Amino acid sequence: MAASRGNNTNPARIPALGLRVLVLIIISIVLMYLDHRQNHLDGIRKGIGAAVYPLQVVVDAPVRLWEWLGDSTTSRNELELELGRLKAERLLTNARLQRLTALEAENARLRALLEARKTVRDEVRVAEIMAVDANPYEHNLIIDIGSRDGVYDGQAIVDADGVVGQVIETGVMTAQAVLISDSDHALPVEVNRNGLRTIAVGTGEIDRLDLPFLPNNADIRAGDLLVTSGLGGAFPAGYPVAVVDSVTRIPQEPFADVTATPSAALDQVREVMLIWSAPAVTEEAVE
Amino acid sequence: MSRDSASRRLPVVITLVVGLMLTIMPLPDVIEAFRPDWLALLLIFWAMQLPRTWSVGSAWVVGIVLDVSYGTLLGQHALALCLITFATVRFHLLMRVFPLSQLSATIFALLALYQFILFWVNGVAGVSAPSVVYWGPVITGALIWPFFYMFMSGVRYRSQSGR
Repeated sequence: MAASRGNNTNPARIPALGLRVLVLIIISIVLMYLDHRQNHLDGIRKGIGAAVYPLQVVVDAPVRLWEWLGDSTTSRNELELELGRLKAERLLTNARLQRLTALEAENARLRALLEARKTVRDEVRVAEIMAVDANPYEHNLIIDIGSRDGVYDGQAIVDADGVVGQVIETGVMTAQAVLISDSDHALPVEVNRNGLRTIAVGTGEIDRLDLPFLPNNADIRAGDLLVTSGLGGAFPAGYPVAVVDSVTRIPQEPFADVTATPSAALDQVREVMLIWSAPAVTEEAVE
Repeated sequence: MSRDSASRRLPVVITLVVGLMLTIMPLPDVIEAFRPDWLALLLIFWAMQLPRTWSVGSAWVVGIVLDVSYGTLLGQHALALCLITFATVRFHLLMRVFPLSQLSATIFALLALYQFILFWVNGVAGVSAPSVVYWGPVITGALIWPFFYMFMSGVRYRSQSGR
């Protein structure tokens, strides 16, 4: 003990500190360069990610426990209310579903007439969002299934109301996803009313998307529903994305100022669906 | 000797693991921007106290783990943590005799350097992020440092006298 204290008090005897720092700085810069340019480091990421996984589970556990406690101590009265609400909702959904089946059959018939390829139904799987914070500067979330379950980079994530985001990094048992509201995210959409195609860009605010590339004379107005166009390849076509809430046309500017509100409750979702889509049917071929 | 150093390392590793858990713990959005950089504070503390055992190498490893759990560029946090730990180790004797207020100011400078490196790397790599978010952790980090220092001194004292 005394000896180790004696060593500690002399800064000159910390061996080759400057050299070690220099080497580590160079390694860091090389790593960052490799990571930025290519994806060679996926293996390393996955390895370390798997080591961090137990910690994420531990951090997530209290929140899960709290929810579970909440669920198991809900009063009978509340449960009955909820049951009633769900029954009503189910009736409505079923009614809509009946029409959907008919429409689907009709759609298939029409497509057969046009000799287009059949649309393949997307396969979905429910994933839970882990209560783990990722990078505070980005709109990210972590879900509890990973490459073990077939999740892949770029996979689309939706919830009951619309598109949530896409997977950016797949770990073995978890995956990290970016929300459509992230300021680095853009997705190809079309206006449901008239098929006008454009790009919806995240703003960094959880409840707002921008449509920066629409000319002043574009046929778009507040209340229009934006759906995925399927053109980027990452998202299957036809999922609702956002509703336009304001269109400001400034005569001098080349582009109109259009903002939209995401349909999915991006900051409230707890469960999401991952979509395994068959290669998108190109709509251009049909038109 | 090896048993001795292992038993001395264990408490530090435990504090770092707890620090990582605090770092990835979800917080309400309002407080989130002011979450202190626990790992940076811990590494500064241990580099001040035991600069021979906890120096730039361990800071780098912690940084890589942080990069993976944040999903940032591999090496970004490693570089930043490595550099502030270097500064701490370099001046650890000076920092040990600083009065607490002056030490807090030093911590402020170190955390600002840490955030600046992260900011700078983001800028070079073309990752956009709101710049105002960077300053929250620096301020809270410097403010809680006195309490953090006292708490960690207690942890260190207990873990060593328990042997």
